[in-house]
Amino acid sequence: MANSKTLGESLRRHGVTRRGFLKFCSATASLMALPPTMVPAIAAALERAKRPSVIWLSFQECTGCTESLTRSHAPTVESLIFDHVSLDYHHTLQVASGEAAEAAREAAMHENQGGYLLVVDGSIPLADPGYSTIAGISNVDMLRETAAGAAAIIAVGTCAAFGGLPKADPNPTGAVPVSEIIRDKPIVNVSGCPPIPVVITGVLAHFLTFGALPELDRYGRPMVFYGQSIHDRCYRRPFYDKGLFAETFDDEGARKGWCLYKMGCKGPMTYNACATAKWNNGTGWPVEAGHGCLGCSEPDFWDAGGFYNALSIPTSDVTGTVVTGAVAGAALGAAAALLNRGTQGEAREKHATVTVDDLEKGV
Amino acid sequence: MERLDTIPVVSASSPGSAVGVTGNVLPLLHEIRHALERLARDRDPTVIDLRAIPFAPGDEERLLSLLGRGEVSLVLSALGRSEIRESGYPGVWVVEHYNDAGERIALQIEVTDIPAIARSQVADIEESSTRLNDLLMNDNG
Repeated sequence: MANSKTLGESLRRHGVTRRGFLKFCSATASLMALPPTMVPAIAAALERAKRPSVIWLSFQECTGCTESLTRSHAPTVESLIFDHVSLDYHHTLQVASGEAAEAAREAAMHENQGGYLLVVDGSIPLADPGYSTIAGISNVDMLRETAAGAAAIIAVGTCAAFGGLPKADPNPTGAVPVSEIIRDKPIVNVSGCPPIPVVITGVLAHFLTFGALPELDRYGRPMVFYGQSIHDRCYRRPFYDKGLFAETFDDEGARKGWCLYKMGCKGPMTYNACATAKWNNGTGWPVEAGHGCLGCSEPDFWDAGGFYNALSIPTSDVTGTVVTGAVAGAALGAAAALLNRGTQGEAREKHATVTVDDLEKGV
Repeated sequence: MERLDTIPVVSASSPGSAVGVTGNVLPLLHEIRHALERLARDRDPTVIDLRAIPFAPGDEERLLSLLGRGEVSLVLSALGRSEIRESGYPGVWVVEHYNDAGERIALQIEVTDIPAIARSQVADIEESSTRLNDLLMNDNG
């Protein structure tokens, strides 16, 4: 249960030195993607931070988001954070089950009325509540009931943020994201399928540190992690600007690590922190492994044409321009980038539903 | 018009090149140079968080190898190990923080006379004074 001890007091009680605390603050600043100049402010805020109660609800989801969170590879930072949040209900991780589990949720809601943080993963079916229930309670009822006393809601994963896979055409369960049901609470969308572990913990750390939510973009995502496109932060970007593209998975361009745009990389329309935060403890990320970005942190990514169709294909012949760019070098490459930016919105609107045939056709 | 053979593509396994596959290390070296100028002129320190830099494979190794190793290396044991070492360019420090499991949780370049975390901290100094006091009191008792 949440208590009134501050993080500073609690760390000192555990024998953590001031140096250890500063190291923790540096790692936390890095985790929250804040500049190192913020470390003194973070130290001052963490010194006073109280232990908030967290209720985690899982609806129509695959548990991938929880897997991502529990596989996050910075135990010092995360375990310190989780020692200092009180995770009062999470039906995958908690020991209690059945009525005892529901009693824990009700107790946490009652004791921390108006102050707890609600984390949701998974979308909510509205076509028939019977598609997904917990302890006989429909997802939509449980969400409404638990959201009422929450200070804020964090929608973790593309399903909770935008509907995700369950909402993919033809959306048999009538799946909707959290934001279509709850309108009167601050909601942060931490999208991704799954989201990057440090992005999930970074948002929790931000709330723990500052007692407030970070600045959000137009889709309700934290700007610090979703403020720039994969394409703009990609280490392969210089090849795009020079018009150097891989055309298949095993050609010269692929071996030399050239841009994956023509193989369907969705980096230019995708906003996420993969290019810098990376995956698997910083080992690498999809583009570094030689595969284009699927765009999993964007709304309706599953229905956005084929994964291996270049972004421009649905609307106009932008690939022609890209090919020209490849021949003419840097100047035209940059022009193609501008043209593509202009057509992306249009392309998204005209995207057809993907079929098995499309997937088999590949590139 | 640029020809393919004029584009400086180098294999990721050749850390000797300052440019590397993408050239992403070069602007970072310039940033460090500007930070050094600020430090010399205004005593104004800089910290660069390398987690925020989109490195290509081999870029980090290339940067660290170009910076080299200087005269001072410190090991800090607090919530896991940390390594603080001066690079071959005095005033440029490489700070690596690890957790209890030996996984790296932060990598920073600090441009300063000595990274703040290496100093004894005021709160710890006060605490050690109290502890030494208690020890002497107990001995006397």
